[in-house]
Amino acid sequence: MVPACPPPIEAFVRFAALLREHGFAIAPDQTQGFIEAIELLGPRSIDDVARAGRALFAIPREREPAYDALFRAFFLGEAVVTPAPAPADDEVEAFDPTGASREIEAIDEAGDPGQAAVATERLAQRTFAARSTSDTLDRFMKRAPAALPRRRSYRRARVRRGRTLDLVATLRRAARHDGELIDVRWLRRKTRQRRVVVLIDVSGSMQQISEQALTFAHALVQVGDRVEVFTLGTRLSRITAGLRARDLDDALAQVAAIVADFDGGTRLGDALQAFLDVPRFGSTARGALALVVSDGLERGDPSVFVDAVRRLKRRAWQLHWLNPLAADPAYAPRTEAFSAVQRELDALGDGASLDAMCAHVLAQAGRP
Amino acid sequence: MAVRSSIVGLDSPAALQHAFVAAQYLADDGLATASFLALAMGKPLLLEGAPGVGKTEAAKALGAVLGREVIRLQCYEGIEASAALYEWNYPRQMLAIRQAGDSYVNLYSDDYLLTRPLLAALKAPTSSVLLIDEIDRSDHEFEAFLLEFLSDFTISIPETGTVRATQRPVVVLTSNRTRDLHEALRRRCVYHWIDYPHAALEAQIVMMRASSVAQATADAVVAAVTRLRAEPLAKPPGVAETVEWAEAATLLNAQGAAWPAAFARAIGVAIKDHDDLSYLAPRLEALLPGEAA
Repeated sequence: MVPACPPPIEAFVRFAALLREHGFAIAPDQTQGFIEAIELLGPRSIDDVARAGRALFAIPREREPAYDALFRAFFLGEAVVTPAPAPADDEVEAFDPTGASREIEAIDEAGDPGQAAVATERLAQRTFAARSTSDTLDRFMKRAPAALPRRRSYRRARVRRGRTLDLVATLRRAARHDGELIDVRWLRRKTRQRRVVVLIDVSGSMQQISEQALTFAHALVQVGDRVEVFTLGTRLSRITAGLRARDLDDALAQVAAIVADFDGGTRLGDALQAFLDVPRFGSTARGALALVVSDGLERGDPSVFVDAVRRLKRRAWQLHWLNPLAADPAYAPRTEAFSAVQRELDALGDGASLDAMCAHVLAQAGRP
Repeated sequence: MAVRSSIVGLDSPAALQHAFVAAQYLADDGLATASFLALAMGKPLLLEGAPGVGKTEAAKALGAVLGREVIRLQCYEGIEASAALYEWNYPRQMLAIRQAGDSYVNLYSDDYLLTRPLLAALKAPTSSVLLIDEIDRSDHEFEAFLLEFLSDFTISIPETGTVRATQRPVVVLTSNRTRDLHEALRRRCVYHWIDYPHAALEAQIVMMRASSVAQATADAVVAAVTRLRAEPLAKPPGVAETVEWAEAATLLNAQGAAWPAAFARAIGVAIKDHDDLSYLAPRLEALLPGEAA
């Protein structure tokens, strides 16, 4: 039987549970560490308890205000100032055809501009006209494997010439020649293609381009290693499985069946947050080349959008934005949100056509 | 809970804060508390913050406070075990084979082992502070490997066996947050976000580091630097830049430059990016320190 906690300790355990309820990821051993830390500090004051929590729960900087509010509410009895839960219809859904679809609460304040987009939101399916592959695609699929960024692997391979001696293999050979070192063997770090995550905006303003973007993503999935593709709209859908079908038309038909929100409203910020918050989706961006195909016209809360892009940038290796509007050489972002986003990007590319998107990826060849 | 023997005399965050001052480092309450907890609980200390807020300095000051040598592992993209753990000294092994002739020689003894920071810290856990600097630059595989290292503090060398720390070493990790660290790693550490010091503290730091600077100059420079940090710069000035700016302006003033002009002429030590400078140029006068006696 589990012994009951003494009352003061129980309060700390309940505080950890409260944090968990509010979306802080806290492991049981962190709670234990938190209690130990309080004991070590005295505690001389309530500030010590707050600091112990911040240190042991590893509260990320941008969530400190939320943490402080919860702390004050719990220990000092102040009113909670965190935003109230959003109304039920104001949610971005994470949709994964391989599993049950999952709803993620979008923290929105009442009356935010996102409501306008939601009002016009309609879930729509799309049918694609059949067409044959073009020369651009053939060329792209041939060259893309060499152009996709690579990283050094932790493992080594035996090579003819290198800088690190493979002593085991060298000595084994030396033994054959009476201990004479004739044949020296070398090792070199292997390289591996970085993961690639493609996030395609399928909202109404992207209507003209979303089919080409999907064609581009299909080609990448076909030739690349560990490529993941998601669509962003009023929902977040993982379409990698659909795009694995060899034939483009089959793949697009499957995608059309998966994605239910073609040409709907734009809630980019919430969709990106949802992507980052679902661990099995969000972890695909870790160390990856993230390609976002979107015009960046956000009608939801701009601060949510900018914050989401910053998070994505920190998670990914590089963040490239393929913006159809950027095809114009005189392009300057029209919304304040996108100019803030632009500063976070590693590259802003032209996303106006299939050719432009393919060219952007091929241009990455030879870059670090 | 027994406080570790190594930190006798540092039995509260306040005592540690005091010791930091003696080591020429001004730590705020949050940092002192987090460092104290890391020491007392035997957990690694993870410091995150913008470049130039003094994360590495904090680790070095901790080494000075404890009277221990700081062993630093600088992380970079592509870092691997041979740079972090150990490497065999191949040239010496080759020579040994040659010299041994027909007799037996053990090529895998400590004589041929080059210790790298992590192994060095394991072998001397009571006399060193291990600083793993800028971990956000390393790859995920290396981060995963560190996670393993930080949980059991053992290194296994296939040729000779396992090296185990007799005591948990003091470990400080720093990150500039160019990318998010893995949750599991954060969970294992005592975490502290180092912010830019508040104005009064930063002025104190300037006075402590640069003895030639007058109080009024220090205050004026700190106020200006605070204004500059609010601008969207690529490289906002760090604490070291504040100190250097105050020092440089004082030097120019001693050679006859008038006050506001001395600050303007010394701007190169505070803003080190050409684009930033040209972005600020039109409004530079308003952003610069005002009158300083």
